[in-house]
Amino acid sequence: MFLKNYISEVAGAVKSLLKGMKLTGYYFTHRKEIITQHYPEIKPQLPERFRGEVVMLHDENNEHACTGCTACELACPNGTIKIITKFDITPEGKKKKAIDTFVYHLELCTMCNLCVDACPTGAITMAQNFEHSVFNRNDLTKKLNKPGSKVRAGVE
Amino acid sequence: MPSLENITNTIHTWLNNHVSSTLATLIEMLIVALLAMGLFAILGLILVLMERKVSAYMQIRLGPNRVGFKGSLQTLADTLKLVLKEGLTPNGADKLLFNLAHYVVMCAAMLILAPLAFAKGFQIWDINIGVLYISAISSIGVIGILMAGWASNNKYSLLGAMRSGAQIVSYELSAGLSVLCIVILTGSLRISDIVNAQQNGWFIFKGHIPAIIAFVIFIIAVTAETNRAPFDLAEAESELTAGFHTEYSGMKFALFFLAEYVNIFVVCAIGATLFFGGWMPLHIGNWQGFNHAMDFVPSSIWFTIKVFGLIFLIMWFRWTFPRLRVDQLLNLEWKYLLPLSLVNLLVMTVVAIMGWHF
Amino acid sequence: MYRTTDILEHKQSPSAGGVGEAEYMVINVGPQHPATHGVLHLVITLNGETIINVEPHLGYIHRSIEKMCESLTYRQFIYTTSRMDYLSSHINNHCCAMSVEKALQIEIPERAKYIRVILDELTRLASHQLWWGAMAMDIGAITPFFYAFREREMINDIMEETCGARLTMNYMVPGGVMFDLHPNFQKRVKEFIAFFKSKIDEYDEILTGNVIFQNRVKGIGMLSKEDAISYGCTGPTARASGVSCDVRKLYPYELYNNIEFDEIINTGCDSFARYQVRMQEMKQSLKIVEQLIDNIPEGDFQAKTKAVLKLPKGEFYTRVETARGEFGVYIVSEGATTPYRIKFRSPGFSNLSALNHMAKGNKIGDLVAIMGTIDLVIPDIDR
Repeated sequence: MFLKNYISEVAGAVKSLLKGMKLTGYYFTHRKEIITQHYPEIKPQLPERFRGEVVMLHDENNEHACTGCTACELACPNGTIKIITKFDITPEGKKKKAIDTFVYHLELCTMCNLCVDACPTGAITMAQNFEHSVFNRNDLTKKLNKPGSKVRAGVE
Repeated sequence: MPSLENITNTIHTWLNNHVSSTLATLIEMLIVALLAMGLFAILGLILVLMERKVSAYMQIRLGPNRVGFKGSLQTLADTLKLVLKEGLTPNGADKLLFNLAHYVVMCAAMLILAPLAFAKGFQIWDINIGVLYISAISSIGVIGILMAGWASNNKYSLLGAMRSGAQIVSYELSAGLSVLCIVILTGSLRISDIVNAQQNGWFIFKGHIPAIIAFVIFIIAVTAETNRAPFDLAEAESELTAGFHTEYSGMKFALFFLAEYVNIFVVCAIGATLFFGGWMPLHIGNWQGFNHAMDFVPSSIWFTIKVFGLIFLIMWFRWTFPRLRVDQLLNLEWKYLLPLSLVNLLVMTVVAIMGWHF
Repeated sequence: MYRTTDILEHKQSPSAGGVGEAEYMVINVGPQHPATHGVLHLVITLNGETIINVEPHLGYIHRSIEKMCESLTYRQFIYTTSRMDYLSSHINNHCCAMSVEKALQIEIPERAKYIRVILDELTRLASHQLWWGAMAMDIGAITPFFYAFREREMINDIMEETCGARLTMNYMVPGGVMFDLHPNFQKRVKEFIAFFKSKIDEYDEILTGNVIFQNRVKGIGMLSKEDAISYGCTGPTARASGVSCDVRKLYPYELYNNIEFDEIINTGCDSFARYQVRMQEMKQSLKIVEQLIDNIPEGDFQAKTKAVLKLPKGEFYTRVETARGEFGVYIVSEGATTPYRIKFRSPGFSNLSALNHMAKGNKIGDLVAIMGTIDLVIPDIDR
């Protein structure tokens, strides 16, 4: 009786080990199951919602929709965004608040999307770029509005 | 057909004809030493790459595929990196032992190479106690591991070394007993005799069930002896970070790493010699036609195929099984493998005496 | 085999034929160690290979999230909880969003509830898959890790498509969810379920049934029901000791009182019981997702909320069941736009406190296995 239990125990143990080996052996012989992505050669197709970095949308006339309302700056939990405003003189001679520089600190950003959510005019959005490594830390501080760009007419 | 045997014989005769026999012996020794070292270097490169590829395919990955053709030069690049790294000796370490340990491990691995028959008539030293020599030398490696663990002045290293000591001392027994089974069948400790005895069939077929059991025990025991998973307690990375070689870096670490792979090769070569006929082609009894057909494949190829088959088996174990705990490891040896191999030895003796084997 | 009591007695009276205290070896496991999955620092006292005492030292990844939250508004503080238990970030975010909704008495749309619960369960699945792989790696089997990640990657891709991030989602906002579901969502979730069901047997083949694995986890890390309760363990760690503590069942939130699923309770009390509880929870999560995925109602995904949220004066506590146990958010509000004080009740912290009790008298290898089965996420412990 003891011997029988002993043998069945050993046989069960060996069987369980062979089962595992069968599985790894299956994957060893079935190369089509490989899931590795050839990353630098074949870039992954990221979905349009992927949050890589904040960008400001510019149209072909180099115009954006940012009014400099600082809603994004207030919504940001990390102080990633700093908006420097200036006063434009409108044709009517009135002073009008406008954006001078949209400073974006990528190194502080956690990609939480709250700024994009808060923007009333849809001026900023998330881009799918995820390769952010740079040699100089200062390069991570970006100016989002392109030089010479101005607010699109009609955006309040 | 130029076989390795012919080449060695030609060199031997040529040397003896041109220089004095003492000088000839010295030159031959030099050549052998260079070949052994070359074999080590090549083995390191091939086996590390093989391990990485095998593990990668089992883990649904690609493995190294950038350096060289399909990653074939990856190991070379890694070696280059290790050579360039600083070989650090920790402050509190025993300097002499710390810097000696990896050479001891390396030398022990190299020494076992001597009686192995790589091909027909291609053997460094056909000593008449070949098998005994192998069992004796293979225990020396543990001294290097103990030295490394003790001299590192690191508690992880010490634990790893102590585990390794307990493990190798225990598993030597089973390995030795399973080797004995074959010695009983052959009646000789000489490697060439053992190979020649398998002229009409390998021992794993000739020896019935006891030989198969002996082979299984042998494989388990040598896996443990070479500190390979699932018995890699000496360097269990999730418990002891890197075990006995935690403090080693650069080329010193590389030597430990190389020794591990050379050890695997050596034990697999022994396994292939004892159970699968070494360089002996697949012969079945007295089927002359079949045996002759098999003889067309050179003996060195046969040997390589068998050894790499066994190495693959050991790698397969490593990438499938979880690691044992230290007490379970010793339980497995003393409560299961040792009694089993003793009984097996007895059965094998009966088989040999009664002449029941083929 | 030593018994804990024997060892402790020896420690108290080294002269009484026992092992003197001087012979114990103290080892620092961590803060950088392969088995601690992060920067946990364990000071373990050893007698040979046997563990006498385990003392966790915390604080290596303390980012003072609770203090930080005091200066963040109720919309902003949610994202910080993704950084605590990063493997169940959806569930943490859910809890925060729910606490704000509860305080402001916002009724969220039915569709948002469905989305939240489905994503919660997918997160739980992903977390358990990672746990399975990581625990197998602790025990020494490296290959299962990759099999687990294959399936987890599918969930991550689904999350990426719908939420925009793979790990730190920040998808739950007070009043619902940030965006609507991606049109592909249902299709891909169904694909995932079909794929995972075909692969879940492999988990058993390669690990659960393996005799080495079973010997490694069976009968070690014993945590009795009483101890589990007194240490404040929650989640699978406590349920494996027979404690019924699933917040989804006991205090149902969102849709959980309408969903059919079982609370997995195992009375094995050992590491294997904890393993089995998690394995079966994966199947329950699949069941929940299957029930909901076809019935997501149409409608809004977000309730209308004010731009600036001000919680009424008072104290609010909300709890949810994360992959590791009960996660609670305790908000003290003074009526301002930022909380006066926030306390997060994280499951990892109390589960870790039981580690010493579980590991005493076992071997070093067991410590790793026990840590694997209580599924520690260090940023969750330290916050």
